[in-house]
Amino acid sequence: MIHEKAIMPFGNTHNNFKLNYKVEDEYPDLSKHNNHMAKALTKELYGKLRDKQTPSGYTLDDVIQTGVDNPGHPFIMTVGCVAGDEESYEVFKDLLDPVISDRHGGYKPTDKHRTDLNYENLKGGDDLDPNYVLSSRVRTGRSIKGFTLPPHNSRGERRIIEKLSVEALTSLDGEFKGKYYPLKSMTDAEQEQLIADHFLFDKPVSPLLTCAGMARDWPDARGIWHNDNKSFLVWVNEEDHLRVISMEKGGNMREVFRRFCVGLKKIEEIFKKHDHGFMWNEHLGYILTCPSNLGTGLRGGVHVKLPKLSTHPKFEEILTRLRLQKRGTGGVDTASVGGVFDISNADRLGSSEVEQVQMVVDGVKLMVEMEKKLEKGEAIDSMIPAQK
Amino acid sequence: MPFGNTHNQLKMKFSSEQEYPDLSKHNNHMAKVLSPAMYERLRSKQTPSGFTLDDVIQTGVDNPADDELPDLSQHNNHMAKVLTPDMYRRLRERATPNGFTIDGVIQTGVDNPGHPFIMTVGCVAGDEETYEVFKELLDPVIEDRHGGYKPTDKHKTDLNPDNLKGGDDLDPNYVLSSRVRTGRSVRGFCLPPHCSRGERRAVEKLSIEALASLTGDLKGKYYALKNMTDAEQQQLIDDHFLFDKPVSPLLLASGMARDWPDARGIWHNDNKTFLVWVNEEDHLRVISMQKGGNMREVFHRCFCTGLTKIETLFKERGHAFMWNEHLGYVLTCPSNLGTGLRAGVHVKLPNMSKNAKFEEVLKKLRLQKRGTGGVDTAAVGGVFDISNADRLGFSEVELVQMVVDGIKLLVEMEKRLEKGQSIDDLMPAQK
Repeated sequence: MIHEKAIMPFGNTHNNFKLNYKVEDEYPDLSKHNNHMAKALTKELYGKLRDKQTPSGYTLDDVIQTGVDNPGHPFIMTVGCVAGDEESYEVFKDLLDPVISDRHGGYKPTDKHRTDLNYENLKGGDDLDPNYVLSSRVRTGRSIKGFTLPPHNSRGERRIIEKLSVEALTSLDGEFKGKYYPLKSMTDAEQEQLIADHFLFDKPVSPLLTCAGMARDWPDARGIWHNDNKSFLVWVNEEDHLRVISMEKGGNMREVFRRFCVGLKKIEEIFKKHDHGFMWNEHLGYILTCPSNLGTGLRGGVHVKLPKLSTHPKFEEILTRLRLQKRGTGGVDTASVGGVFDISNADRLGSSEVEQVQMVVDGVKLMVEMEKKLEKGEAIDSMIPAQK
Repeated sequence: MPFGNTHNQLKMKFSSEQEYPDLSKHNNHMAKVLSPAMYERLRSKQTPSGFTLDDVIQTGVDNPADDELPDLSQHNNHMAKVLTPDMYRRLRERATPNGFTIDGVIQTGVDNPGHPFIMTVGCVAGDEETYEVFKELLDPVIEDRHGGYKPTDKHKTDLNPDNLKGGDDLDPNYVLSSRVRTGRSVRGFCLPPHCSRGERRAVEKLSIEALASLTGDLKGKYYALKNMTDAEQQQLIDDHFLFDKPVSPLLLASGMARDWPDARGIWHNDNKTFLVWVNEEDHLRVISMQKGGNMREVFHRCFCTGLTKIETLFKERGHAFMWNEHLGYVLTCPSNLGTGLRAGVHVKLPNMSKNAKFEEVLKKLRLQKRGTGGVDTAAVGGVFDISNADRLGFSEVELVQMVVDGIKLLVEMEKRLEKGQSIDDLMPAQK
């Protein structure tokens, strides 16, 4: 019986082996599927891309596996594909460009994305009415250049990412001084506290994520860092290398955004010193695992009480015009409780961080005014905004 | 400016040996390639912007661990007991001809630390060659799992039902049903953890052709999972035939549920006594069953008629079943090697099962008990699923004989206990 002593990398033997089968035999059955990947991936396109691989060996089948395994939902359009490394977006651009365009409002392959993390460019945002705006939060993700992404990375890479992240984070001081909690050696007491603070993330259960391979080796090299003030939080090696979150009670989005920008900049500087910048380019902005998070990767939002406005027939239309989206207070796919909604920016790519947070600030301000009007029994027709 | 790369020039004052990085603990692409001679040739060079060899390699020097070794400190499975750091380092250099690597073999065992009481296997094969390329890991796993089976041992295959003694007269007042299942892999295709859609579909196509040619009381029909009608699905559920997308993380983590339900299906004969699962945990799972205690007939149908005919048809198309004289039938999970056979009955043993010696008797008879819902379920109403514990190192006939003889004895013991009589004189020796 033959066996080969191959030297790594193996030259992607498995993908080459599959080429022995005809395109129609390997092309996935997407007849029952409703996701962005299934809309874009024709048999011809599959045939064109199936022999390609990124330098780290990521192939087309890797990109699309999550979308094949999860046909999707009639109402919610999932993305159905992921990147395994920075080069995925280049090597598989014939698939990913149309997916990106479809997902990000017609964003073209030639478009340039604007990055603006200068919090001083934000106008206002420090005076959202705390009687209505219960909390403010901004999150984004970052990928570390030179490493493959969570669907593809090895234990060794993941551990180095953790090591570099812990070094960077533990060197922060002042308002950012904090502590790292690795998932695999957390005490019960620490775990309880992190749950109570709503900081803890758990092994993904969503098949959208597990089918993409990002839960491998759990909980190895996964952890949570937060500052002593509990207002700045970093998740290491969950769906992206880093997820960075700034939050606080009340309506001072300006302060939340300031801390967000300052903290991110400090972290980025430390990574750059070790020759590991964040993945970024002028077309796609910040490169993240899921194409839906490209650009800013930013979701800035508030928990806001809108019991009257949310039952108004024009609520959805107002949100669309303001380029905002609503979620329940448990996050994506949850229902609102007691008229409290999570309202955040809908866009990620094609507008800057400042622009997106500005939309949230201005939009929420307007909606609170509308809520107050409705409380007094007055009409809000004159306040309906134009499409942003 | 320009500085003329003063720093790199300074380093040239030291010999190449003094400047060469210590890569002895390193396992990355750079360390594999950078020999001392190459370092000597390149160290005086620089790019127009002043980037030198040391700049190129610094990150690889600073991070020796491509530390890929899985953390198995919380783990309790066969793979974790066997896999040492040195073994992992050796095996990660290798791949099967189809590209299956050590990480593919062990991923399920890394992701599922295991249970303190139940010892899972923690590794799978992605193709037939896995058992050869990764024998350094799999031989000890097999030995541990299959009662000391050695790498030099030969496995006996005996599918001749005429060699079975008796088995047609288990008391139907006690033995409610009899069942035999096994698995088969089709040579020339990768196994479920690794196979592509094209391969899986080819296995399905061959299986349908082979099964469609069965006649007589084996004549039947194939139901593809992906276009089953609601009525067909309900019927298959009622018959206890339907298998569903795996939910066990043991199976999911190995990748065998990819592309579900593409190329998966169920075939059964019109009499509902012979059933084949296509592309679930193995290429083929073959099941024969009927009510009552005629295990002889069940065994005959499964192997003499059913499997032999299917195997002939596969061979005619150039695809034998995976088999070798050391491991017998090659299947996805190392626990199913050898015969891949589980022969069992649902039997009423309300008195015997409460007897202090029940576990001991089962052990001596080389049998195991499960609840009537299958593995990991509890017994209901004193009815147990009793089957052979072994898979490898005994032939099919030998294993079914153990079940037949063992059940006969257990029923006798049950009858004694019913009458309030002792069973001490019936206690068997260790088989």
